[in-house]
This record gives sequence, structure tokens and C-alpha cells, in this order.
Amino acid sequence: MLVVGMFGFGFALVPLYGVLCKITGLGGRTGDLYVYDPVTVKLDASRLVKVNLLTNTNDGMSWTFRAEQRVLRVHPGELNEAKFYVRNTTDRVMAAQAIPSLAPGSAAEYFHKTECFCFSRQVLGPGEELEMPMRFFVSSDLPRNLDSISLSYTLFDVTQLAADGQIATGA
Amino acid sequence: MNKNRLMRVLVGASVVGYEGGAWADELNLTYGATSIMHDVYGLHMFVLYICCAIGIVVFSAMGYSMYAHRKSVGAVASQFHENTRVEILWTIIPLLILIGMAIPATATLIRMYDTGGEDLAIEVRGYQWKWQYKYLDEDRKNALSFFSNLSTTQDEIHNRSAKGEFYLLEVDKPLVIPTKKKVRFLITGNDVIHSFSVPDFGIKRDAVPGILNDVWAIVDEPGIFRGQCSELCGKDHGFMPIVVRAVPQDEYDAWYGAQQTAYAEREQMAGQTFTASQLMTLGEQVYSKNCVACHQADGKGVPPVFPALAGSKIATGDQAPHIKQILEGVPGTAMQSFAAQLNAAEIAAVVHYERHSWGNSTDDVTQPIDVLNLVSAQ
Amino acid sequence: MSAVIETHHDDHAHGPAKGITRWLFTTNHKDIGTLYLWFSFTMFLIGGCMALVIRTELFQPGLQFVDPAFFNQMTTNHGLIMVFGAIMPAMVGLANWLVPLMIGAPDMALPRLNNLSFWILPFAFGLLISTLFMEGGGPNFGWTFYAPLSTTYAPSTVTFFIFGVHMMGASSIMGSINIIATILNMRAPGMTLMKMPLFVWTWLITAYLLLAVMPVLAGVVTMMLFDVHFHTSFFNAAGGGDPVMFQHIFWFFGHPEVYIMILPAFGVVSQIIPTFARKPLFGYDSMVYAVASIAFLSFIVWAHHMFTVGMPLAGQLFFMYATMLIAVPTGVKVFNWVATMWRGSMTFETPMLFSIAFVILFTIGGFSGLMLAMTPVDFQYQDTYFVVAHFHYVLVPGSLFGIIAAVYYWLPKWCGRMYDESLGKLHFWLSFIGVNVTFFPQHFSGLAGMPRRVPDYPLQFADFNMISSIGAFVFGFSQVFFLFILIKTIRSGKSATARVWDGAHGLEWTVPSPAPYHTFTHPPTVTDAEAHS
Repeated sequence: MLVVGMFGFGFALVPLYGVLCKITGLGGRTGDLYVYDPVTVKLDASRLVKVNLLTNTNDGMSWTFRAEQRVLRVHPGELNEAKFYVRNTTDRVMAAQAIPSLAPGSAAEYFHKTECFCFSRQVLGPGEELEMPMRFFVSSDLPRNLDSISLSYTLFDVTQLAADGQIATGA
Repeated sequence: MNKNRLMRVLVGASVVGYEGGAWADELNLTYGATSIMHDVYGLHMFVLYICCAIGIVVFSAMGYSMYAHRKSVGAVASQFHENTRVEILWTIIPLLILIGMAIPATATLIRMYDTGGEDLAIEVRGYQWKWQYKYLDEDRKNALSFFSNLSTTQDEIHNRSAKGEFYLLEVDKPLVIPTKKKVRFLITGNDVIHSFSVPDFGIKRDAVPGILNDVWAIVDEPGIFRGQCSELCGKDHGFMPIVVRAVPQDEYDAWYGAQQTAYAEREQMAGQTFTASQLMTLGEQVYSKNCVACHQADGKGVPPVFPALAGSKIATGDQAPHIKQILEGVPGTAMQSFAAQLNAAEIAAVVHYERHSWGNSTDDVTQPIDVLNLVSAQ
Repeated sequence: MSAVIETHHDDHAHGPAKGITRWLFTTNHKDIGTLYLWFSFTMFLIGGCMALVIRTELFQPGLQFVDPAFFNQMTTNHGLIMVFGAIMPAMVGLANWLVPLMIGAPDMALPRLNNLSFWILPFAFGLLISTLFMEGGGPNFGWTFYAPLSTTYAPSTVTFFIFGVHMMGASSIMGSINIIATILNMRAPGMTLMKMPLFVWTWLITAYLLLAVMPVLAGVVTMMLFDVHFHTSFFNAAGGGDPVMFQHIFWFFGHPEVYIMILPAFGVVSQIIPTFARKPLFGYDSMVYAVASIAFLSFIVWAHHMFTVGMPLAGQLFFMYATMLIAVPTGVKVFNWVATMWRGSMTFETPMLFSIAFVILFTIGGFSGLMLAMTPVDFQYQDTYFVVAHFHYVLVPGSLFGIIAAVYYWLPKWCGRMYDESLGKLHFWLSFIGVNVTFFPQHFSGLAGMPRRVPDYPLQFADFNMISSIGAFVFGFSQVFFLFILIKTIRSGKSATARVWDGAHGLEWTVPSPAPYHTFTHPPTVTDAEAHS
């Protein structure tokens, strides 16, 4: 009865949490693939928004990973592209997952990606390198006082997770 | 605006309660170095005074009762056990007091969450057990990044030598920021959750792996400000402090320029990879210019004053102590520190040369990055 | 006027069994209560030793006695043992002894389940403590065991830790079911809900809290287990998981947990103060509503433990307001206790001393809690010794003093012997002084910036740490003294009467002291005199 229900509730918190985070942008979670429709998206040429791009590799992940441009200044509504470079510096095949996080969290709901390497795993062989584009726009209803957004990608080694069949996708 | 005025009044009232000096450091929050922290301090004193006032009222009533309503002085127990009016009063009044506290707290929190208008962004990354700071620059090539390690010695920690004034609050490379500018700290973690805390700025935010958090500060006056990691992160959680040096803008620009130059050189060298034969060639040149006078062309030296390198433990054992010896020299002997005279490529080359000459034959290949890693680890 | 006692109908043919089998197989609520209480005291002393290891290391700056890795095991296990092994089982022990007696029931509703609930605990704690001696050391990630420190970076003993927590949770859940079933179904005729002693009310509500949140704890440790062993990613960002979600789920359990630890103490104090003031409890109805509102509010404030984790503004504000609100019903209770004392005819026997100290010192803990609720200032207090001071004030002179007061108050009923009043008072004063010398300076260290869970600290924190350590040893010694008092009482105390305290009301005081092995085999008549006091 109540006990079983609460135990289930504990587990139900996992997807609930995900849903709540998506709706509210908590934790800086950016959304899934977004379709850019030039007809409906409004361009706001009156202001520029600074976008800081940060890249990191997590503990135990030794790949080279960087953004070709650390700072972009964009107009809201304008579709932009940022290039990222990644290289497997080890001597074995590995799978990597880039996990995005955006600050301030309140900006997450205004930041839309139309193409992102974070939506899927990257598998690279030894020494292999890749240039990965990320296309995004900031919607024009971004509050005016939010003039700077910082987007961080952390690269994790998911070779073991992938081998176990745990599909890791960007969230 | 009304709320700001309220805050000024509160801060003014609580400055009365503030006493400068070391004694206050042991007893109370710091007054702080930013306007936000002044507000926080004021709010803290405000709530503290209210709690003290309520405590005095309630405990006095109890104290009086324990004195006057004792059986031993003949008190006879009344039997009243309810009074709805009084109960309503002591529900409503606390509620009103709480609302009075919530208003300035809300105002301060809203101010803290106003993230627009940054002048400088710095990524702060917590590692087990040190901090990494990366200055986010327009041009990727100029991104300055370094680690900041505790610099208190093990001797001090293990009570073998006297503890310095900033025991456990000192680092090898502090974070440097300009005063009077809105500096945004973008905080994340590399392994487990840490927490970046600088009390004087009123900031504390967790460093969570995979997640980016942000706080900001505008420091009014120059100074050195210290904090400690504030989330249990493993065995050296107590040994990874944060030190921030705030300097006027021009001093900051000069410092940043110097760092960029050094960084550019380091970047250039770190990227270089030599072949073994290139190292031998360069190494021989370096050796003949700087080392041969003492250690001789055949590596046999002139013991005991100038030790042999051929067959020596230092040139056939681990690579790191060998590199370190050349970087630091050996105090009390003629072996000087070469860190200033030779760049990383030259040191790497001569180390490699020494380890592969005169019968020495280790299987490592010393690259400039090996030298640079040792330099930054010190 | 007094309740009719029909003990002469009791069948004494089934007295307690002899020897160890009595204790292994007992289904008697009094025996099980005794088992819980002695178990919790043992765990209290073990957890206390760990605290003394901590305070010894912190006596001076520098590392003198233990290395940081072992220190982390001490802080972690001190917390786990005190929360799950000392405070909670002691409260359950009090419930077992007192609830049937207070409501006129012959025993708990599910006596065999009761036995199982207890006997799980020595196994669970044996497992937990044994991890300290295993390869890799015991749990070292704090009693709040945040991921990924407790998953990816945990020692291999984390699995035993998880099993231990599952067992403790099962014990609590079964105990709570028992308590609810007993209270709802087995009250003597005439004992309506609003006539129950407040202690029974507090345990009824606590039992519901336990049922609601223990399964959530079980859920979160199961998720940890899966992350550690089966490569899931509940809390691992690499696989799309979230370390912050761990904190949300943990504290959803964790906050009601702290109310679980304090509500029964509220009940105890609400029984004791009226007795020694010789006056009914002031505002019984609002006391019940206050406990219920505290319990309800406790579900919606959990994130105040996480103000620095990076929640959005709206979330921070909501949790700040909700947390501040809890001060209202809590304040009502404190005022009601004072009003109970007011114009009473007080004497200050040991239970009353502990109860009054509870009211004063718990209120101080409440003040620091209110300060912690103010989010922008909480950024300064979070993870410093200010928090440590706060929760030790509400748990030690709060919950623990409540338990000690209960033991002094009801021990004569349980074992038929009076404790030595002078020794009891000495124990009180040593404890009172010890607890304040230990924990009051920690407010200052925390404000000055000393972080928690550290084995060493910068020099400006040295003075108050030294004072705190001295206080800890005084306090620790005084609890060993308490053990001495208990043993002396049980073996050679003066005989106690049935009523024991002249101001006492309640069905438990209508049976002889010591209470017979079986009581209320026939339901008593509930009169107003013995109804809630």
C-alpha cells in the first residue's frame, strides 16, 4: 500500500525530475533537437548576446576537446554555428558523450540547438580526430537583462556504458 | 527604491554591531568586500537580533516562571489549559515577523540572481583536490588556464614545523581578478561534487560534474580573499583552499599580459614533440655549453665534488627526479638551478642526452611537456 | 475517579521465559522496548566514541592522531550510527514500552513483526561497523552520501553500507506499520483520538512520516547500487544522469527524517512538563494540529539543504518561504510548553530538568535553523560548522535530552525502582554544561568560515575548536555516568509506587511498578483523569 507506493514514487522521481527540468530549464538542461523555422523565428538585431563556450573532459577522459571559438556574439533569432574539435589521443577505440550544461539556468529555455554532437555518442579510433559543428539560436524573447549565456560541454568516456548497451543520449 | 533603502538602513544599523579586527574574525560573518556581501551581513545581523529578542522574551518568561511558580515557595497550580485568543496571537505575530524577514531576504536573493552585464568570465573547476581556473577569452588561443594547489607544507600539517599565518589558506597560484568589474565565475567539477566559496564575496556554489553553475561578484577594493572547498569531496577536502587576489584594472591587465606571454611560450613548447635523435643532438649542444665543465665529456665527473653521470642513480632511475634536479639544483653544492637559463625543450633534450649516453640506456624519451608538467606541479 | 484496574484477572501462567531465548524470541512489547533501548544506548556509546575521535583530532590545528581518510570514515559513521542506531531505535523503544500502556492495549498489534523489526537492527549495524575493518575502509562519504562520491568514487564497502541501510529501513517500516495499527485499532473504549496522550499522537504522525519516506531512501540507495554494480546512470552525468537528482531524492527522505527524530521527543516533553507543573498541557488541540502541520510542511522543504547546488530563483524562494513557515507551528509548541509551566506548581526532578533544558536549547537550535532558512545568508552558513551547531542543538539537547528525560520519567514504571535523584541531577548538569560547551562555540567557528567534515583547519578557528573538544569529553563522560546511574537504579534503587510522580496522569500510571509482564489484558475504563494530560 503506502509503502510500495512511496518506493515506486522514489523511482518515479527519476523521470518526473527529467520532465520538470525540461519544462523549467532547471539545472541548465538544454532541450533536444529543435527545428529552426526561418518564417516563425524573429530576429532581434537591436542587441547582441555573448555566448561563452566551455569545453572540458571529465576525470579519466584524456581526449583533446576544444571549441574553435571561445566566445561568440549573436543576435537573438539568428542561426549560428560553433565548431568543436575532438581527438582521441589514446591507443584504443573509445566512445565519448558530450554532456551540455547552460548557465544561467533561466536562459536554458531560450537556447535552441538545431544540430549538436551532444545528441549522440562519438566513437573514435586511436588518434582519430573530428570536427563537430553545433548549430543554435537564441530565441528573441530572451529577457533583455540576460546578455550573456555560458554553454559548457563536458566530454565523458562512455565506452563501458556503450558496451553494456546503456544508450547515452544528450538530454 | 524602497527595498534598497530598507537594506541601507539595516546595514547601517548592523554596522553598529560590527567590530573590526581579528576578534570578529573568530566570532561572526565577515562584513565582506562586495556590496552584496554587505547586504548579506546586514541581513544576518538583522535576523540574529530578532532571534535574540524573541529568545530573551521567551527565556525570561520561563526563568521568571521557574522562580515564581515553584511548589517550594507555595505556588498553587492554576488549571487553565487553553486560551484561543492568545493562541491566535502567538501564531499571527510570529508569522508577521517572518514576513518582515522574508522581504529583505527576497530582495537580496533577487539581486544575486541578476546575472547580466558581465565584464569577465572565469571557469572554476573543482578537482580532487585542487582548483583549476580558466579565463575565458575572445580568442581561444589566449585562454589562460592554471591549477591552484594548497601551498602549505606537509611539515606544517604534520606538526614538524611551525604553522604559517595563512595555514591551509594559501595556494601556489591564486586567482587574480580586477576590482570594480562584474566577474562571473562558471563553476563545475571534474570528478565529485566540490563547492567554490569566497565568504568575502558572499558567494558559495557547488561544483557538480557535468553541470555548469554561475555566480558573480563585483569587488570594491583590492585585497586578498580566502575561502575553502565546501562540499565533502574525499580525503583532502580540507586541503583545497581558494585564494583570490583582486587588483585594480591596470594591474590586472599587466598581470594578464604577462600570463599570456608565458602561456603562449608554454603552449608552443608543450606542443612540440622531438624524435630521439633530435633530442640527442640538441642535448649534446646544451651539455657541452652548460654541463661539461663539471661533469666532463665522458660523463665521469670529478668525484666527489662533481658527481659522475655515467651509471649514476639519478640518470638511470626515474625520469622525474632527474628533471627536478636540473630545474632546482642541489642546494649546498655547486649544482645550480637551470630553470631560468634553459627553456623546457633544452632541459628535456639534455636530460634525454644524459640518460642515453656513456652506457646509460633508459627507455624513456623526455619531451618538453614532461619538464613543463613538473614545473607546474611545484 | 481512578481507573479500575483488573489485574487480578491477568493470567500469570505465561511469565517471561528464562535465559537468552527470552530475549531472542520475545513478542512482548515491554521486552522489545527494553531491547531497543539497550541497543540504542550501546550504539550511542559507539557513535559517541567516534565523535571523540573526531574531537580529539580537532583539538588542535594540524594532523595528530588520524589520517584524513580515516577521519572521513569517523564523521560518516558517527552520523549514520547516531541517526539510525541511537536516536531512532531509542524512540521506537519508547513507543514499544509506552504506546500500549498509554492507550490501554495489552500489546502491539503485530507482536511477531515487532520482534523481527528489532532483531534486524543488530545485524544491520554489525554489518555497517564491520566495514570499518574491511579492505578499503568503511563508508567515508558523509552520512548524506552524495553521489558520485558515494558511487563512482566509493570504497568497495559501499555495497555493505547499502544493504545495511535497506535493513534499517525495513525495520523502521515494519515498526511503523505496527505502531499505526496499534494506535488506530487497539485503544481502550473511551480513548478517542483527541483524548490520547500527546506522546501517542506524536508517534502516530511519526509513523506515517516513516512509512512515506523510508521507501524513498530505499529507492535512492537501490539506484546507487545499480549505478555502482550494473552501470546504470541515475547519478552519473556521463550516461545522462544527474548528481543533483540524488540530493533531491535523498533530502525528500532526509528532511522528514529529522522530524521523525524530533516529534516523539516533543511528545515526551509534553507528557513530562504537565506532570511536574501539576497543570494540564496548555492547548492540547493546537499541539496536535501543530505536530500535524509540522509533519505536512516537512514534505515540502527538502531543498533548503541544497541552496548552493544551483537551483533557479523561483525554487530558492519557494523553499525559503516554506522553511520559514515551519517556525510558526514550532513556535506555537514552545509557547504552549511555557504556558503549561506558567502559574503551575513546579518541582524540578531530573525529568523536568531535562525537559526544560530541551525547550530552551531546542529553541536555540530553532533560531539557528531560521537563520539557515534565509537563502542569501545560507550561502555563507552552508557546509560550515554553523550547520553542525544547528543540528547538534536540535538533536542532542533536542532529541537526546527528550529520550533521557523519558528514561528518567518512566524508568521507575519499567523496572519498579527509583533512580537516585542527586545522581540524576548531577548527570543533568554535567550534560547541560557539556553540551553547551561543545556546541555553542561551533556557531562562531561556522560564522567565521570553518567548513565541516574537515580534519584540520586554519589557525583562526583554533580557540573554539579546543573549547568544543573539551566540552565533548565532559559530555561523553557524563553519558558513561548515566550508564552507571541506570545500572545502579535497576540493581538497587528504592522501590517505586504505581503513580511514581504525584502530578502524573495517564493509563500507564494506573498499573503497578514495575509494570506486570502482561497489562490491560482486559481493556481499562478511560476516565477524564487519566485522559490526555
